[in-house]
Amino acid sequence: MAKVSMTVNGKAASGDVEGRTLLSAFLREELGLTGTHVGCDTSQCGACVVHVDGQAVKACTMLALEAEGSEVATIEGQANADGSLNTIQQAFQDHHGLQCGFCTPGMVMSAAALLKDNPKPSEGEIRDYLEGNLCRCTGYHNIVKAIMAASGQDVSSIAAE
Amino acid sequence: MLFGKDDKMYEFEFEKPSTVAEAVAALADEDAQALGGGQTLIPTLKQRLAMPSKLVSLTGIDGMKGVSGGDGMLSIGGATTHAEVAEAAADAYPALAALAGQIGDPAVRNRGTIGGSLANNDPAACYPAAALGSGATIMTNRREITADDYFRGLFETALEDGEIITAVRFPVPQKASYQKFLQPASRFALVGVFAAKYAAGVRVAVTGASEEGVFRWNEAEAALDADFTPEALDGLSVDAGSMMADLHGSKAYRAHLVGVMAKRAVAAAA
Repeated sequence: MAKVSMTVNGKAASGDVEGRTLLSAFLREELGLTGTHVGCDTSQCGACVVHVDGQAVKACTMLALEAEGSEVATIEGQANADGSLNTIQQAFQDHHGLQCGFCTPGMVMSAAALLKDNPKPSEGEIRDYLEGNLCRCTGYHNIVKAIMAASGQDVSSIAAE
Repeated sequence: MLFGKDDKMYEFEFEKPSTVAEAVAALADEDAQALGGGQTLIPTLKQRLAMPSKLVSLTGIDGMKGVSGGDGMLSIGGATTHAEVAEAAADAYPALAALAGQIGDPAVRNRGTIGGSLANNDPAACYPAAALGSGATIMTNRREITADDYFRGLFETALEDGEIITAVRFPVPQKASYQKFLQPASRFALVGVFAAKYAAGVRVAVTGASEEGVFRWNEAEAALDADFTPEALDGLSVDAGSMMADLHGSKAYRAHLVGVMAKRAVAAAA
C-alpha cells in the first residue's frame, strides 16, 4: 500500500491504495464519490469521465497513484456553490438530455471539458467530442441539444425527439 | 479499505520516476513493465493478459514530454499525449497532428502517449503508420532505430527489455495525409493509410490491414514517385492473402480498402 494525495473538487483528499487501485475505485470506494459511474470498465463507455488537471480522462483507465498531486474534478463538484445545478446540468434537465441517467455524469464532465476549450461548438463538433461517451437509452440527440443550449446557442431549430 | 473491483488486476508495485535514468534503473527488475498513458496496458491488465511485477510510469519524466522542431524535423517526446501532439504539431506537421487528433476519443487522447503506442505496436494503431510513413527515427535511452528497422510484426518491435522510447523524430514532408477507415466501435483503424511526399521520394504506410502489422506499400510508392495523383494508383492492389480478417472485414475487403484509403490520402495530402 502507498499513500496517495490529491485535490478532489477543491478539497484535499488522501488515502492508502495499492498500485493497482484505479482512480475510479479510489473516488468511489475510498472517498464515497459514487457519482463517477463505472459502466463498462473496459475504457469504452465514458461513464467514468472525470477531469484530472483540467483534462477529461477515464477514471477506470488511470491508476489512482498516477493522480498524485493532481486537481481532480468529479460530477459531485459541478453544482453551483448554493447547490443549484450549473449551466450544463440545468440544460440537461431542461432538454431531457438523460433518460436512465447512468451515462450522465460522464456526459456532463465531457461536455464541461469541451466547452472549456470550445465555448461555441457546432453540433458536429459536439457529436465528435462525445464519441467516447456511450448512452444506451439512445439519448444522444437531446444530449447534443442540451450542450448546444448550455453554450448559449439557439436550439429552437433542433427538432425535439 | 478493500478495493474489490481492483482484484481483476494482478498485484504490482508502482513507481513514478522523474528521470529517464531512474526509469531505466526501475525497469531492471525482472518482469517490470513501462507504463505510458495506460490506455492499452490498463485494459490488458484488467483482462489478466499480463502479470508485471512492477509498473514504471513514464508520465512523470518532464524531459520526455513536448513537441519541438526545426530544420525540417519535428521531435516528439515519448511521453507526449495524443492531445498535445494534435495541438502542438498542427502548424509544423498538419497530417501528423490530424492523425493524433483522431486516435480513440478525447479522454483517451488526454492520456495515451506516442511512445506507448509505438512500443505496443498494435496492428491497427495509427501512430505506427505515421512513423513508418514518415521514415521517422525512434530514439531510445540506448540508440536510434529507423522506423524501417523498428516494426517487427504484430505487437513486436526492435525494443529490448528495459529499453524506453524517449522521443520520436519525424522528417517533415512536402505534403502528407493519413486516411483512416474507422472501426466504429473501437475507433482503431479498420484500414489506415499514411502517404507522405518527400524530396527523396514518396512513402506509403498501411495499418490495420496486414497480418504482419504495419507495412510499406512499395508498389504504390513507386507509382506515386512518378506521378503523385490518386489516378497513379489505378490498377494497383495489395495481396489479399496476407490481410487480416475478422467480423468487421474480410481479407478481400481490407485489401480493397487499402487501395481506396491510399487514393484518398494522396488526394487529401497537403
